[in-house]
Amino acid sequence: MQLRLEVNGVPYETDDVWEGESLLYVLRERLGLWGSKNACEQGECGSCSVLLDGELVCSCLVAAGQAQGRHVVTVEGLGRDGRMSAVQEAFLEAGAVQCGFCTPGLVVATEDLLRHNPAPSDVEIREALAGNLCRCTGYEKVLDAVRAAAGTSR
Amino acid sequence: MDFHSPRTWADALALKAEHPEAVPIAGGTDVMVELNFNRHRPPALIDISAVPELAQWDRADGHLRVGAGVSYTRLVRELGPRLPGLAMAARTVGSPQIRNRGTVGGNLGSASPAGDAHPPLLAGRASVELASVRGTRLVPVEEFFTGPKRSVLAADELISAFVVRPAPGPEQFCKVGTRNAMVIAVASFAISLDPEHGRVGTGIGSAAPTPRRAAGAEELLEAELSAAGMWERPRPLPDGLLHRFAELVTSAASPIDDVRGSAAYRRHALAIMARRALSWAWADLMRNGNAPCN
Repeated sequence: MQLRLEVNGVPYETDDVWEGESLLYVLRERLGLWGSKNACEQGECGSCSVLLDGELVCSCLVAAGQAQGRHVVTVEGLGRDGRMSAVQEAFLEAGAVQCGFCTPGLVVATEDLLRHNPAPSDVEIREALAGNLCRCTGYEKVLDAVRAAAGTSR
Repeated sequence: MDFHSPRTWADALALKAEHPEAVPIAGGTDVMVELNFNRHRPPALIDISAVPELAQWDRADGHLRVGAGVSYTRLVRELGPRLPGLAMAARTVGSPQIRNRGTVGGNLGSASPAGDAHPPLLAGRASVELASVRGTRLVPVEEFFTGPKRSVLAADELISAFVVRPAPGPEQFCKVGTRNAMVIAVASFAISLDPEHGRVGTGIGSAAPTPRRAAGAEELLEAELSAAGMWERPRPLPDGLLHRFAELVTSAASPIDDVRGSAAYRRHALAIMARRALSWAWADLMRNGNAPCN
């Protein structure tokens, strides 16, 4: 099938998409957007998190055909004019990255959290990021980063 | 593989009649896992996520009719106060990402014994609305499940909605898993109290081949509370009644040993959850009187 969608404000058109492949596969393997990471492929780890028409989803669980005509924002689309977003800056500042694999998903999920709740409590942060697994740094620095981002974006 | 994208409910039903082997996909939280892992490759998918009728809910004849495509996130946000037990269960589903996509319709369609929505739907005596080009039928949730991942859904049918009364009184839901988020239930339990009619509803999850009610426990509680006049004037529940209720809930289950837990652990957990859920619901009743939720 032919798939047309908008990613980070840019219209894409790609042919020969297999109907059963995931939006994540389309992003990475067809559009060359490698920011969204492929790990569990079952919605458990959150590393493929993107915004689909403004809603936080695991792109591995969206069928390519379901993304037809939709607007997607990936981690690549969060910054402006070559500068990182406040959330990305905060992750960097706080050292909330180690191997970096879970980071794009955590950053996208944090953006989504702060859009809906600009001043989240720690419990709300933990709840909002419960679907994003980190297997090396641990979550303390991530919490620091989210608190810092909430402070700067308030 | 064919991919169908109906834009109306009539088109979706016509497609399902024409392609009975096609798998409906909404949030994709089950269907895409099967596809990603190559476990199941259906000849066709029918994407029902863009059918507007499925994303709506409304009130009719004192009941709520909730479209099968309403996400868990919307359920919590829009229907939380009217369906508190189901909303509690919905909050335990996966993560925000999963709750944004997953639907009660999909939970019912997958018919897993561990589905989080099922115990509160059983406790609330909900019905599932099934539709096909042949017509529409309403099946009590209790009769919907026929076995692990099996239901009465016919090959040409789609789940259109579930129908349930707004909670007539306090409701509670308990779930045991390996951690707080992102877990499939090892065992779960839901209770709904209807003080006006002196009725009790229960639902057991993940502890039998299908989700099921604990009818004996419901009857015991209804009889004891009526006899003691406690619906009209709620007083603290006697310990003995709590224990007998929990025993009857446990005996209604028929759990198995599996990777998530042993049958013995599931029975133990169910007894505790039954006691706690009833205590919490009863405490709500004593606190708020018997005002119904709406």
